[in-house]
Amino acid sequence: MAQFENRKTFAHDDDSVVVIVGSGAGGGTLANELAQQGIDVVVLEAGALHDRPDFHADEWPAFSQLSWLDNRTTSGSWRIARDFPNLPTWICKTVGGTTVHWAGASLRFHPHEFQALTHYGALDDANLLDWPVGYDELAPYYARAEDKMGVTRTNDIAGLPGNNNFKVMHAGAQKLGYACNTGHMAINSQARDGRPGCQQRGFCFQGCRFGAKWSTLYTELPAALVTGHMELRTQAHVAQIEHDTKGRATGVTYFDKDGNLQRQKARLVAVAGNSIETPRLLLNSASAMFPEGLANSSGQVGRNYMRHMTGSVYATFDEPVHMYRGTTMAGIISDEARHDTSRGFVGGYEMETLSLGLPFMAAFLDPGAWGETFTGAMDQYAHMAGMWLVGEDMPRESNRVTLHGELKDQHGLPIPNVHYDDHPNDEAMREHAYRKGSELYAAVGARDVYRVPPYPSTHNLGTCRMSAEAQDGVCNAYGQSHDIPNLFISDGSQFTTSAAENPTLTIVTLAIRQAEHIGKLMKERAV
Amino acid sequence: MFSRPLSRRVFLKASGGALVGTLAFACGPIALLAPSRSWAVTTEQFTTHEGEILLQFTRHVFPHRDLEDAVYALVVKDLDRQADADRNILTLLRDGVMALDRQAGGDWLALEPAQRQASVAESAGSPFFEKIRSSAVVSLYSNPLAFAHFGYQGGEGDMGYLFKGFDDLTWLPDPALPDSGPMPGA
Repeated sequence: MAQFENRKTFAHDDDSVVVIVGSGAGGGTLANELAQQGIDVVVLEAGALHDRPDFHADEWPAFSQLSWLDNRTTSGSWRIARDFPNLPTWICKTVGGTTVHWAGASLRFHPHEFQALTHYGALDDANLLDWPVGYDELAPYYARAEDKMGVTRTNDIAGLPGNNNFKVMHAGAQKLGYACNTGHMAINSQARDGRPGCQQRGFCFQGCRFGAKWSTLYTELPAALVTGHMELRTQAHVAQIEHDTKGRATGVTYFDKDGNLQRQKARLVAVAGNSIETPRLLLNSASAMFPEGLANSSGQVGRNYMRHMTGSVYATFDEPVHMYRGTTMAGIISDEARHDTSRGFVGGYEMETLSLGLPFMAAFLDPGAWGETFTGAMDQYAHMAGMWLVGEDMPRESNRVTLHGELKDQHGLPIPNVHYDDHPNDEAMREHAYRKGSELYAAVGARDVYRVPPYPSTHNLGTCRMSAEAQDGVCNAYGQSHDIPNLFISDGSQFTTSAAENPTLTIVTLAIRQAEHIGKLMKERAV
Repeated sequence: MFSRPLSRRVFLKASGGALVGTLAFACGPIALLAPSRSWAVTTEQFTTHEGEILLQFTRHVFPHRDLEDAVYALVVKDLDRQADADRNILTLLRDGVMALDRQAGGDWLALEPAQRQASVAESAGSPFFEKIRSSAVVSLYSNPLAFAHFGYQGGEGDMGYLFKGFDDLTWLPDPALPDSGPMPGA
């Protein structure tokens, strides 16, 4: 696969390179944006390379191929801890990270969502804070991200044609007075940027065979490789970030594909391992100088773990639907994404169609269930329509990623424990969302309506949040850690609050802006 | 799993067992896939009797009235593979089957369906029940026969439904442009 060949490799003791941990939305984008500026980059990706011809149109084999399945533990009152105690997330360990799996929804955050504390007020047992960056400042970077990703309904790109699942949602939306369209999707509706248009396979979650859906795997990473300024090392699991006596990052140690410990020196380190692995790496990098872990003078590393308020509503009808045909996220309603406390909660949520194939419908409809209620739903699979509800969840200090006291991974590194308790605001929002989703399907003649609990999280946020003041968070508005100037956070861990929208577009937006800032700092010799 | 005639090997094996049957629905979606109406699934670890109990037990856990035994047999095959790889699983399942027979005073399969259902309900949450439930929720629904039965097209979608029915629903109005985008090339 010539597209993935390194044009240039860098010596392990080359301390002029930028090391990026992870190749997903944050890491992959940052790598390309830096390489385009002529900055030398080494990307260390824990996963192996699986490209479009390798993908499976079969849910369980695809899940085994792409998912991050290293052992993790869970605690807290969330149902995941009971149903999937070792699988808190549904994210990827593969080149391209979770951009291989994501559904493609690319909605900008609302301006008020960057000022959650100002608009929502201080809620009990929530750790709300305003972002140190606002919508207006990000707007031009959002525009660049939308152009890069080919987001439909921006840049004169037509919306995707709607599938059967969309038709059901749209008809219900009309009855309820909601606006509904096929969404802002980073999926080509027509050929663009050397990639074909969507063929409506219905396997968005399993990796897009045609490459119609934007993924760093076949966009940012090959583009970065072509510059000759980026080296991609796969199956490279970073163990620790190292620093000197002045408290500056000097490089990383990592386990290569053969399990041998390697060291890569660096001028600057950017971490984009998703919101479990990123804080885990900082905590696992504790040293005599930083006994609580790197960049953790605030004590906020690993805290404020957010996963979005989620849930699904599936409904069955007298007539067939075949919801699995075509894009997984085929329609979006944003009417409930507003902030309106008359509904009994702060923040809002999006309603987005979602379909699961038969195998995953069995796994996720009601985990642990058996008997006739369960089989009665499965019997109606071909007549089923579905939607996912995704909204803002509250950051809480006690919802956090910590290192397990005893269990170690295959490399001997402490595994992460993920603790989560729903906030009363999350519960009130979920109840409202379940009710509205049910009303929508009832309005078009639903036979049975099923309230489906949250899946393992694909949206993982907030564990190294940005803050104006160093005491409130881990990094500044550019993702630069407050404590270590040449250590950056480059993934969704940076999010100060979760907002209601799917996070990828904002992760890419922040990465583009961060790359510009890093380029400037390097030119000024500030890092 | 479909064969005509059943292979001699099935009957000559010294250990293990075989589940055999005939499709109940000659015109059903599974029959359309199958080369013949007879089916057989062999087991390495379980005897035929054990396999039959595991199959019936699974039917009570996930009762789909019209779903062929041939599909439930794939769960037994899955359990047999797990038992083959892990002695603890073999012991768990074999002891569980023996306990069912013992409680039934001989042959659990000879009980009335309602009595079997009651004994399955009673075992809910036990390691034996959970092993079967958690295996079946995967293997019962992740195979081409189940796909055909439940109306899921599985890997057929690999080349895309763009011109193969992704928007063929006709019992609701078609959303107008621009809520639904144009077909490519339109």
